[in-house]
Amino acid sequence: MIYLETPKRFRALVEQAHGIAVNVFRPISRKYDLAEHEYPKELDLLAAIIDGVNDGGGAASASQLQKEDKTTTEETAGSTTKNGGNLATVLSMMELCWGDVGLALTIPRQGLGNAAVAAVGTPEQKAKYGKRWISMAITEPNAGSDSAAIRTSARLVGDEWVINGEKIFVTAGARSDAVVVWATLDASLGRAAIKSFLVPKGSPGLKVARLDHKLGIRASDTATLLLEDCRVPKENILGSAEIDTTKSFAGAMKTFDNTRPVVAAMACGVARAAVERAREILEKAQAVRGNERSPWLGSAAEAELCRLEAEVEVARLLTMKSAWMADNRVPNSVEASMAKAKAGRVCTEVTLRCVELCGAAAYAETDLLEKWARDAKILDIFEGTQQIQLLVVARRLLGKSSGELR
Amino acid sequence: MTKRRGFSLERLSGAPLRALTRLSGSDLAARLHLRDPARKILYHGARVGTQAIKAGVAAVSKRAPSDPTRLSASKGAGKFDLTPTDDQAMMRDSMRRFAGEVLQSAARAADDAASPSDEVLEQAHALGLAALAVPEALGGVGAERSSITQVLIAEELSRGDMGLALAILSPVAVVQAIVEWGTGAQQQDLLPRFLGDHFAPAALAILEPRPLFDPVAPRTGAVRDAKGGGWALWGEKSLVPLASRAETFLVAADVKGVGPRLFVVHRDTPGLSIEPEPSMGLRGAGLGHLKLEGARVPDDALLGGPGADNSFDVGVLVDRARIAWGALAVGTSQAVLDYVIPYVNARQAFGEPISNRQSVAFLVADIAIEVEGMRLLVQRAASLAEQGKGITRAASLARQQCASKGMKIGSDGVQLLGGHGFIKEHPVERWYRNLRAIGVFEGGVLA
Repeated sequence: MIYLETPKRFRALVEQAHGIAVNVFRPISRKYDLAEHEYPKELDLLAAIIDGVNDGGGAASASQLQKEDKTTTEETAGSTTKNGGNLATVLSMMELCWGDVGLALTIPRQGLGNAAVAAVGTPEQKAKYGKRWISMAITEPNAGSDSAAIRTSARLVGDEWVINGEKIFVTAGARSDAVVVWATLDASLGRAAIKSFLVPKGSPGLKVARLDHKLGIRASDTATLLLEDCRVPKENILGSAEIDTTKSFAGAMKTFDNTRPVVAAMACGVARAAVERAREILEKAQAVRGNERSPWLGSAAEAELCRLEAEVEVARLLTMKSAWMADNRVPNSVEASMAKAKAGRVCTEVTLRCVELCGAAAYAETDLLEKWARDAKILDIFEGTQQIQLLVVARRLLGKSSGELR
Repeated sequence: MTKRRGFSLERLSGAPLRALTRLSGSDLAARLHLRDPARKILYHGARVGTQAIKAGVAAVSKRAPSDPTRLSASKGAGKFDLTPTDDQAMMRDSMRRFAGEVLQSAARAADDAASPSDEVLEQAHALGLAALAVPEALGGVGAERSSITQVLIAEELSRGDMGLALAILSPVAVVQAIVEWGTGAQQQDLLPRFLGDHFAPAALAILEPRPLFDPVAPRTGAVRDAKGGGWALWGEKSLVPLASRAETFLVAADVKGVGPRLFVVHRDTPGLSIEPEPSMGLRGAGLGHLKLEGARVPDDALLGGPGADNSFDVGVLVDRARIAWGALAVGTSQAVLDYVIPYVNARQAFGEPISNRQSVAFLVADIAIEVEGMRLLVQRAASLAEQGKGITRAASLARQQCASKGMKIGSDGVQLLGGHGFIKEHPVERWYRNLRAIGVFEGGVLA
């Protein structure tokens, strides 16, 4: 039965996340935007609470639901639809990022690498690394969207992998306890030879080379890592060491089907924060009179605000749809990319337009709109740029290979 | 199960239909396991003969005249879900077939003639959409208010042709309004004609010809005749579907001190003049202009009666109409997407399909993204509507997106075909014209 509201089951979770956004994130939002690279120690307490909840503290958390979902299969497609961990994650992420996306990205032990280990790790790897903070290192100076072009290499020497290369744009790269590093076993074999490796901090040959100064999400550290004959144990490979050229990149890229809706959710959260704040400012200035039904009969600012709100709502529903499909084991690559494409561009457009609508006070650092408009841009870039998402969608719609539609 | 799926509309037309109707109604119903509304509708809608209307009238006359019958609100599942019920899926598939087999091929002629053909309207009547909007107690097959079903129907019909979809859904909207807001006596008087053997043309006239028209503040007015009784209506209504043939109009008019209300105005009412109003698009709907110059209607023409206990809410009317218009936009936008994909794959330029270029391919991807976004907005608003929740904001957001993105899709559809898109050999120019209606229209259809 078609129903598009937040499921009853998740309402408490959403409220909880909103509470964190209001009470933990917003009060320190500007502080860590200004103090770039300073660790937000306030998050340690929050991380401890999240760990407690995940370990069975009672309330339904996103990751707990995800665990549940892996063990329950009684609900399948059809009339008994399932609302599970993916939907819970995007709904709570929307709330957290309504608070602050930079801080949400640097909650200890909630890194992208954690998601990768949870998705493809062995039981031993999960036991050893599940409780640690794991970042993800994919991008290189000469390989961004084209992740098949990465040159960081890994070769097996005795019982150890020896990894060499340079990784950039590693979110939480300095703060994390370990890094999932993408490297190729044989650059001549293309995508099939790309594997990922768990590299704990302190591994010989691993160095955090520098931290970047950024346009936005300054609360989250973005590091450059150097791997110089970096050695990790043989068992630290994620997935199989075999090079299966028939399977190409599918395994590695599959993670994105689950993570793109999450980044889309981040964009939804930031965009909603901006339209809500803009409405508040414009109402106070009596520039909008709240004609909900036909806003175009009021001021130009009111009509524009309504348009922005509609865009945010579309992004939100596309994101929920892609997560709902994942929960119901329906292939969602295209829908995940649609959500990411829409939410990414909407977030940038909406936050920038809100600054414009609200004027000088919103451009100054005295208001968070200024910050959100800077934070927004990365959401249309990382986890696949706007253009990459459109390629994914277009290739599928038009039945094109990556060779035909490049 | 297989039997049910095999019970398709095309089998229900022509000779097979006559053969089927020779069976007694109850036998047929039993054989087809017709229990749920959507199953009944296929049966009921196809039934040729007078049993349905007789049953309807009998059911109606058993009730006290002051006792209106409403469709109840849906409860809502409580779980995020985009899966239609089995009945809705069956209904949607039937509409999709009808749109593909009947509406698509009839669209060009109706557009040229600025009128739907009687044949198409009669075929559409056999779908039984009006009966679906009428509660069982009043002789229909409706159980609860299903705005989701309505938007699924509107989307699929509009995928065939938006103008014809508007013509087909126009009397359904009148039925919905009578069920929702009419008195018991009005329901008994007006509804049976929509459950008969033939298509009963009627229209819900809200829109007026002025810029920045505010549908909750019409300038058409109704003045009570204190001496002789009855009402005199003054004003104009624009772009009214089926205007040249509708027997009954529901006209929105302002009652001083009360606000806008709906009035039942029959076409032979003195003081009412009707002119064709051919427009940019939606020509297949047979649009017309109503002039009300002191049009005299009796006391009981006021839908829902004069009492303060009437449930009419012009805001809800406007919002539900906008949701339905959103669904029409989704259907036509989907038609654009379905059409341009094979075209850009086949069309060669510079030695390869034009779809090999990102500038073309990304335009197609954007159409797909925005169509899906529009659909979700419309379905969310419809879901809230059928639960009886507040829909103003959801409907307004849906209208905003469907008007702007729908129009962009219409424009991109023509652009992707280049010069070929500009000539009538291809339907994209018609879709371009039709999609401009979203954001202009008010009323006419309801979710």
